[in-house]
Amino acid sequence: MALISSKLDPANAVIDEICLAGEPWVRTICCGQVFRILDLEGNQAVDTLFYSAHEANEHYSATDTIVRQGSLYLTTGSVLYSSEGNAMLTIVADTCGRHDTLGGACAAESNSVRYALDKLHMHCCRDNFMQGLIDCDRHDAQAAKLGLGKRDLVPNINFFMNVPVTPDGELNFVDGISAAGKYVEMRAEMDVVCAISNCPQLNNPCNAYNPTPVRLLVWNS
Amino acid sequence: MSSAPLLWEYTVPAGTHWSGLLRRGVALRLTDIDGGANCSMIFFNPEQKLERYNMPDTLKAQHTGMLTRGHCLYSDMGRIFCSITADTLGWHDPLCGVIDAGMARKKYGESHYQQQRNDMVRNGRDSLLVELGKYGLGKRDLGPTVNFFSKVSADAEGRLEYHPGHSKGGASVDLRFEMNTLVALSTAPHPLDPAPEYRPRLVKLSAWRAKPAAEDDLCRNHCPENQRGFINTERYASF
Repeated sequence: MALISSKLDPANAVIDEICLAGEPWVRTICCGQVFRILDLEGNQAVDTLFYSAHEANEHYSATDTIVRQGSLYLTTGSVLYSSEGNAMLTIVADTCGRHDTLGGACAAESNSVRYALDKLHMHCCRDNFMQGLIDCDRHDAQAAKLGLGKRDLVPNINFFMNVPVTPDGELNFVDGISAAGKYVEMRAEMDVVCAISNCPQLNNPCNAYNPTPVRLLVWNS
Repeated sequence: MSSAPLLWEYTVPAGTHWSGLLRRGVALRLTDIDGGANCSMIFFNPEQKLERYNMPDTLKAQHTGMLTRGHCLYSDMGRIFCSITADTLGWHDPLCGVIDAGMARKKYGESHYQQQRNDMVRNGRDSLLVELGKYGLGKRDLGPTVNFFSKVSADAEGRLEYHPGHSKGGASVDLRFEMNTLVALSTAPHPLDPAPEYRPRLVKLSAWRAKPAAEDDLCRNHCPENQRGFINTERYASF
């Protein structure tokens, strides 16, 4: 896989923030802006969703993205499509090489199925997403206007996560191919609200059993 | 299942849509009468419609990128809508969702009821949105479908391959409902079907009364995850 790096300088970013492990991040990103997710310590799954910043009816669509590019994984050149068939963002740089479209987000209830019934209490991406959507009115009025909630938590992208499907149809979560300092960068093709859960999962190798912080940067066009 | 008395049958015409309530304890057989059908289905809890089919949870729990006998279709609340108790095909596609109006227009050209009456091109997305609208659900609620009778595999690089002719005439798959479930379906062609002409196929639905999943049930014991999924479902459905 071809790894493409970026020339953008973090000193010029208009947003440069750290999202700690197990915390949410919700921000509006405007058409033309470039958005980078940086895996600070390595092998950190970053569960990510996008919505039209003006229309809650239009959300990132895993199936539209997969079908329109004819491929399961995301890397430089991949276009992230919406449920309306519109291009939301285009990946313009990627030093990791592969990102997941199928693994979705962990939830309390799915953890009870996947690991043990008594894992129900453990912090999870869905709780984290919901907390981020509940709180976004404190810092992002545009995002808050959409009134997003559980029904909007469609299958998300997992940046830096490795979920291969074999030709025989097997699917497994395997050790990540990311490492400290790897990043993925995308250009917004429309005004979007980005919702992130920096994954708290402790029961599988998606975070190398050690959730860590990520750095989020946005540049103007 | 076939020895139990038939509750009802309905043939969903080619390219059209249907929805209905399947209660716990009912089994539904889908039959591709002519071969080459695609049946895109979605699932909701009619008592709490925020609970809906979840593709990633279904695939992760069972370590699979396709669906066949022994697999269960999970809600996003850790419960099982239905189990696949029989399958003559061995592969149904959970990855690709449905064709939408723009894709259908590009592939099949303009199509209007005025000229074509009920032979007009219907696309899977609009068909499912029309059915969902009958229950107060809409665009925000429409996620990935299960595409019964279609096969799409991926190579080592993730490139998708659609398998034409996968489903032969007479192919069938049986779903045993483990909780009350609102089902919506479309028989529009699969989004990756390369056939240039619009040629959808009909799907026959047959419903029976099913016995509850026994302790030694194939789907329950397919993997430890399904054993826990059945416990979650039975705790919910018993009261």
